[in-house]
Amino acid sequence: MVTAEATPIEVRGLVKRYGDLVAVDQVDLDVEPGDVFGYLGPNGAGKTTSLRMMLGLIRPSAGSVRLFGRDPQVSVKALEGVAGFVEAPSFYPYLSGRENLRLFAALDGGGAKGRIEESLGIVGLSERAKDRVGGYSHGMRQRLGIAAALLREPRLLLLDEPATGLDPGGMRDMRDLIRELSASGMTVLLSSHLLAEVEELCNRVAIVRSGRVAYQGSLAALRAEAGEGYLLRSPDEARARAVLAAQPGIRDVTVTEEGTRFAAADEAAVGALSLALAEAGAPILELTRRHATLEDLFFSLTEGDGVGPAAERQNGGDPAPAPVEAA
Amino acid sequence: MNPGVLTIYRWELRKLRAQKRTYLGLGAAALVPIIFVVALAARNGQPEDVAFGRYLHDTGLAVPLVLLLFGSIWMFPLITALVAGDIVASEDRNDTLKGIFTRSVERHQIFAGKALATFTYAIAAIAITGAVALVAGILVSGFNSIVSLSGTRVSATEGLGLVGLSLLFYLVPILAIASIGLLFSTVFRNSAAAIVGTLMFSLLVQLIGILPGLGGLQPYLLSTQFNAWQGFLRSPVDWEPVLRALWVCALYAAPALIAAVLVFLRRDVAGD
Repeated sequence: MVTAEATPIEVRGLVKRYGDLVAVDQVDLDVEPGDVFGYLGPNGAGKTTSLRMMLGLIRPSAGSVRLFGRDPQVSVKALEGVAGFVEAPSFYPYLSGRENLRLFAALDGGGAKGRIEESLGIVGLSERAKDRVGGYSHGMRQRLGIAAALLREPRLLLLDEPATGLDPGGMRDMRDLIRELSASGMTVLLSSHLLAEVEELCNRVAIVRSGRVAYQGSLAALRAEAGEGYLLRSPDEARARAVLAAQPGIRDVTVTEEGTRFAAADEAAVGALSLALAEAGAPILELTRRHATLEDLFFSLTEGDGVGPAAERQNGGDPAPAPVEAA
Repeated sequence: MNPGVLTIYRWELRKLRAQKRTYLGLGAAALVPIIFVVALAARNGQPEDVAFGRYLHDTGLAVPLVLLLFGSIWMFPLITALVAGDIVASEDRNDTLKGIFTRSVERHQIFAGKALATFTYAIAAIAITGAVALVAGILVSGFNSIVSLSGTRVSATEGLGLVGLSLLFYLVPILAIASIGLLFSTVFRNSAAAIVGTLMFSLLVQLIGILPGLGGLQPYLLSTQFNAWQGFLRSPVDWEPVLRALWVCALYAAPALIAAVLVFLRRDVAGD
């Protein structure tokens, strides 16, 4: 029952335990058609393990994965229209790049064989395709990995840290390529520990921490959640804080290294605050608008001290996942 | 149209052709009979205490037969294990299972292709040894009649047929060794461990055979089956060891292959 509307990735209650270690803990994911979905988290958060389960390489301890409605644990037929790699893509070092792709194309069947040269061209490896992969650089292997994935004409591409180990130029090329592929209609799941990469490429994200999803939703909603605030610096911090506490329309006052941060109901409240500060004899060194960066949010979600309600929540903008069901 | 076992088999052969160890094994299979025949030509002596040893200077037909006897101790098991023990483990070494498991072929098809390629290699090794030994032997000692184990003289052409039959039947225990090598390769995920393990298994079975009090086990040991072909060189043909070798080898090979398949189907392909 593969239809155009079928959800590319639907993960429910996914768990992987290695003895006492829980590598992936109750992960729910929904990747919709056309998404460039960022699977974001620090190293060791269980991203690769999740991807391996999505590709049917390892068995979940519990939970289920559906790719376009099909279970990759049952048969590789579930990987029809799906391609990608986990960790660094691997090849037979004693075969040339082209031979490696020929092998994969043979195992893909269909028209994959006819796409070898085109795929090599897309990733810019046509010149070196006759050389043994054993002599390839890390970046070349990474690109050959993409070429190998493209042989399958995927509608869904799963990429695990595709920019890892690339030089800045290589990283830029990789991002351009992902953007092009996405523009051509491909759904992409991109695991990464680089916030900037995800911010640049993805429309939706799941932020994982210690195997659990700490946030899932659109980047826009996450940005909104990060919200904006103000920063106040004064040589007389104690007096300034007393004014802040008493001022109407001012809330969420926190002391940071930079100065005192707060949120305001509107700009008028901030204007009133400046007058009140002057009146109270608390000089203003700086009073500026500050955007909480995604980075702040990322760290608060993934390192999670004092995150409060931000942790373990699904963003309201998206349909909440259905409860875990047995496979 | 999805690819099947045949596609994988062809690619496994292609991978074997691109690897040094394949040529190491097949090279040894060709070189050993040549060294043996050169040594034979250089010296007048001959091994008297081994079957057909005394005919080495009379007919080239004796050369492959004597090599089959010597080779069963460790040479042929080692040549077989060199590829059988590596064919799955090398995928672990290169971390390539994740690549081939995420294409359009099922794991059992991949295993079947690998097993067939391993058997093909083992067959090639025996065929090479047999052909080289025959040619070199005939060059040195001539294409003459041979005396069977029952003491009757067999014409050169008939003898050639019997040698061919013996080589063919020698494959039965060799393929059992290959199956055990495949199991070790799948379970150990390490080529060296699987190759040494297969060889150790083969040697331990021979050790059991010479332990006092365990002589009753002798007919059912894998090592014994390496001599079953001698039944063809009796007149009339002694079918008893031949038939027993068939089912005894199946009893070694089938559980090994089944266990290997189950492990291969169920295993997690995780990083190190």
